[in-house]
Amino acid sequence: MLRASPGGERDHPHFTCRAPPRQRGACLAALRLCEQRVDQLLQHTLNALILGGTYALLGIGLTLIFGIMRVVNFTHGELYAFGAYMMYLWVMLAGMNFYLAMVLAVALGVLLGGAIELVLLRRLKGADIDTTMLVMIGAWIALQNLEQWTWSGVAKSITAPFPATPLVLGPISVSWNRLFVFVVASVLILATHALINHSKLGKAMRATFQDRETAALMGIAIDRIHTATFALGSGLAAAAGALLGPVFVAYPSMGDLASLKAFAIVILGGLGSIPGATAGGFILAFIEELGAGYISSGFRDGMGFLLIIVILIVKPTGLFARRERIG
Amino acid sequence: MKRAATIVLLAALISLPLWISSLYVLHILIMTGIFIIAAMSLNLLLGFTGQLSLGHVAFFGIGAYTSSLMSLGFEVHLLPSWQVGLEAKPVWLAMLTGVLLAGMCGWVIGRLSFKVRGAYFVIVTVSFAEVVRLVALNWVELTQGPMALNNIPVLRLGIPGFFEFAFLRKPANYYLVLAVGALAYLMIRRLVHSRAGRAMIALRENEALAASVGIDVTRYLVLATFLSAGIAGAAGALYAHYVRIVDPEIFSFIYTVTMVIMVITGGKGTLAGPLVGGLMFGLLPEVLRAFSIPPEIQWVIYGALMILIVYFLPEGIVPALSRFWRGRRQQDDAAALALKTEPSP
Repeated sequence: MLRASPGGERDHPHFTCRAPPRQRGACLAALRLCEQRVDQLLQHTLNALILGGTYALLGIGLTLIFGIMRVVNFTHGELYAFGAYMMYLWVMLAGMNFYLAMVLAVALGVLLGGAIELVLLRRLKGADIDTTMLVMIGAWIALQNLEQWTWSGVAKSITAPFPATPLVLGPISVSWNRLFVFVVASVLILATHALINHSKLGKAMRATFQDRETAALMGIAIDRIHTATFALGSGLAAAAGALLGPVFVAYPSMGDLASLKAFAIVILGGLGSIPGATAGGFILAFIEELGAGYISSGFRDGMGFLLIIVILIVKPTGLFARRERIG
Repeated sequence: MKRAATIVLLAALISLPLWISSLYVLHILIMTGIFIIAAMSLNLLLGFTGQLSLGHVAFFGIGAYTSSLMSLGFEVHLLPSWQVGLEAKPVWLAMLTGVLLAGMCGWVIGRLSFKVRGAYFVIVTVSFAEVVRLVALNWVELTQGPMALNNIPVLRLGIPGFFEFAFLRKPANYYLVLAVGALAYLMIRRLVHSRAGRAMIALRENEALAASVGIDVTRYLVLATFLSAGIAGAAGALYAHYVRIVDPEIFSFIYTVTMVIMVITGGKGTLAGPLVGGLMFGLLPEVLRAFSIPPEIQWVIYGALMILIVYFLPEGIVPALSRFWRGRRQQDDAAALALKTEPSP
């Protein structure tokens, strides 16, 4: 009934309706509805792509720490919250330049991560995974409540120096702030990939990941690699928090969901796999965005957990892990 | 000696409501008791099979919600045109259903996740708890969502027509919690000293070895999860009919953490561990409140304590104490022996 007509007609710019005149109204209404649906889908896809960047950052940080150190890092989400609160502190309270504050927030996240490793984990070397998990749970509770005590339970909003009017691309629109988040997240993801694959530190990290003892025999300072790994992973989490803090708001328990989502991403991609975590971040974002859009927005945050459960039933090693990596 | 201590402890626990008249103190004790039951159930899993469940609060909450809904009755539309309803049932039946349903959920989770273990089991249980919390929050028609289930009836026992006893007042609830706690304790003790319990401990110590002598790994782990979830559900049901209001906050992760801290501090894998840890952390908030310490700092202290205990008392308080006693007794024995064998002048 419909035929594309690039020239356009009076009823519709792109299509000609060849239905009998009596049905023409219904035909056009169906066409408009169809277009709306396609626009909606495009908008959801764009949103997912932008959210996926930060999810991937979170996942890469966690998977690095797990893969190299064999530590189930429950403080990951707290580092994420830390990044957001540092943005609040420097931008809103100290009045610092937005971009400078972001660099500072990430740097402080790296320092905090390094400190956690030095103080809490260094002395647990050789302990089994359950013991370190308990220590990390303790650290998580302590950190989160310190945050709540310092900043109070009220959510803090952070203003970003971007125009309020969104960028409109045909039928879909995106805010400048989210675009900025996506660009920075992509750059950080690529930088991490480059660091792991093309630097001396990255080579040492990969060696430690493959075989800790042999790496130590080859003269790699395992302790230092662990500190660097934890600091790097924490820095990535803090970066995700610093990026998303201005988009949403900063509140004390924001780290819980971030931790759990990071776990979901890491399981999705296979524990210890960086490309897996990158893909996992985007997949989770798509599932959440589409689930919230088409099934129920109340269960938005539940999609990730359902996903974990399904993945573990169907393919427990994750979608991208080549070999068994069960901790 | 040990039997005497047990009798003294039991007598103290039973006579407690007689010489404590403060309802507030009794309330604290009841809540502590409920959490001790939950901690005992977690200990069965964490201490005796070595599997850390970080979603234990899900079973607790499922027990609470099921029992409340059964005793209140409900009507829901599963599909727009398909309505399912349930008349209000007696509370004891509701509580039993809660226990069973929680156990079944444990069974399902166990079946699903024991193909993979360790970190994966932890994450599956966390995810499960989060999904259940979201269901409780969003399925408003069934659970009232954040408006909470109110006016939950109290437990009534008796023979219809003759007499009836309502567990309405605090001393009655205290004895109820004590009875359920004792039952759970005896059940766990029986289990641990049975063939199945030895199989579980063997699994915890060396899974490959245990499997090689013919222990069916998945079967025993699933059995432990089923029982553990059931007992947690019982604690939840007790909670629901004592507090008489249930909202999705019951699934807060912090409750799971409280249970884990109780078990770790007291000593995982010991029968008395959850009791000691539970008493400590059930009463500690009150002590800290007396010093007017804000709740956030209280939780910071919990977290720090947990780290310190993992560092310095990795087995927990109970094993450390019993080793201390044994050590002293051996010293005494050695001294006595030395005195005896000393040549007389």
